[in-house]
Amino acid sequence: MSDALVTMTDVGVRRGGRWLVRGVSLEVRRGEIVTLVGPNGSGKTTTVKTAIGILRPDEGEVRRAGTLSIGYVPQKMTIDWTLPLSVRRLMTLTAPASAQAIDAALDRVGIGHLAKADVQTLSGGEYQRALLARAMIRRPDLLVLDEPVQGVDFAGQLALYDLVSDIRERDGCAVLLISHDLHVVMAKTDTVLCFNGHVCCAGTPQSVAASPAYRSLFGPRAAETLAIYSHHHDHTHLSDGRVRLADGTVADSCAGVHADRHPEHHAHDRREHHAHAE
Amino acid sequence: MLSDFFLRAILAGIGIALVSGPLGCFIVWRRMAYFGDTMAHSALLGVALAFAFDIDLMLGVFAVAALVSVALLLLQRRASLSTDALLGILSHSTLAVGIVMVAFMTWIRVDLMGFLFGDILAVSRIDLAFIYGGGAVVLAVLALLWRPLLAATVSPEVAEAEGLRPERSRIVFMLLMAAVIAIAMKIVGILLITSLLIIPAATARRFAGTPETMAVLASILGAVAATIGLFGSLEFDTPSGPSVVVAALGLFLLSLLSAARSGAASSAETPGRAASLPEPSR
Repeated sequence: MSDALVTMTDVGVRRGGRWLVRGVSLEVRRGEIVTLVGPNGSGKTTTVKTAIGILRPDEGEVRRAGTLSIGYVPQKMTIDWTLPLSVRRLMTLTAPASAQAIDAALDRVGIGHLAKADVQTLSGGEYQRALLARAMIRRPDLLVLDEPVQGVDFAGQLALYDLVSDIRERDGCAVLLISHDLHVVMAKTDTVLCFNGHVCCAGTPQSVAASPAYRSLFGPRAAETLAIYSHHHDHTHLSDGRVRLADGTVADSCAGVHADRHPEHHAHDRREHHAHAE
Repeated sequence: MLSDFFLRAILAGIGIALVSGPLGCFIVWRRMAYFGDTMAHSALLGVALAFAFDIDLMLGVFAVAALVSVALLLLQRRASLSTDALLGILSHSTLAVGIVMVAFMTWIRVDLMGFLFGDILAVSRIDLAFIYGGGAVVLAVLALLWRPLLAATVSPEVAEAEGLRPERSRIVFMLLMAAVIAIAMKIVGILLITSLLIIPAATARRFAGTPETMAVLASILGAVAATIGLFGSLEFDTPSGPSVVVAALGLFLLSLLSAARSGAASSAETPGRAASLPEPSR
């Protein structure tokens, strides 16, 4: 038995006589973080929507595990002012949840104090956290996040990505993530697919960053920042007191090199490199 | 003492208001006011066809309203015209064709004003049975499909991804609208049905904290408006539909006043909270 949740084989989606994406093959396995990166209009969102059944493919095949439950944070979700919707009520939008589950989810994303607020009054970052809490509250097999850190400042982005990987660790769900903040994301991910109307390269963060296709799409600077953030990834695991065993090449390659470093040092690193990245 | 016909009208008005409250909320949330208007206007075509083929009026209206909504869905998919223009074309052409057809049928006497603006004298016992029977079915379906409908309203894509079949919700919603238009036509009149759906919902928004309370409040406010309006209609001999709508409008204006007052009061009491909240961005 395979533990693949979603398998796409040579998928193409066509709208208005134009191929939005073509020849996409990808697999998301249980517990895995798969990240799609690429410029705007490169077909990341189309691919994800096809993967989870919102769009039908015009060619190729999409297979989903029979009982797959999905939690989805779309790229854009505008809630009309005419709809009175508190953060708490948002949590049970697609499925019922107990009061404890709601409180726990809100606390986990750090907006427990906003439970009674109307969603329309939230700031961008608070709203993204609320949407993340809503998507994870059912403990889905697959968490699908389409640019979940938009409108969030840099520190907030790091915190949100930490949260996503923490959710993965604890709930064992797979994560399908779209991002163009690649330097932050890629370090935590198991597989990266780099998009430009098709998959130009795929693999571990390191192998993708090293590939010529990736460098020509994002420039050599992007590859440098990526390397920096794989340190950060390592740091997170050490400060947890847990070392993830060799279930992904990322953990593998970092563990030996930086095992003796102090967390504080990394925290310092992170800020410093952030300044450079600006 | 109230006469029988008036008692029936009041009961009919309240029955319609109870159903149109929650349904009207969805129309407001989904921004479908013009869509509802189009379906309602097509009701006159339904009336004409019902006369022509000698079938029940409500059935004719329901069938035509449902057909128009399906036609609109199909036309939207091809999308060579904007939805706005499509609605305009369908709305007025179905109304016009209906009126022309009725004019051709010289062998029947039709009270056109009654159909357009409602007639409290027109409610029979059987109508009342249809309003409460049909209304109960509509409310039951709405209660059963509440979560998928609401999820599809907030985000069809999230609903689809999480297995709630928003397309099904949408079709069921259209059918419910067609049913409400069919049962509300006699009292409110087809030109004003949408206002009975929208105005109580809009009034309820200011006092509601959740979608569910808004739906219940809209029902209550609609029932109050229907009662006041029908008494006014009896007292001043005005057409029933416009009278009910005027009453609903009165409640809406009152709610604006009270909202303005309580808004001013609460921001004076708690300036800190008002200041600490970010500006609404959505």
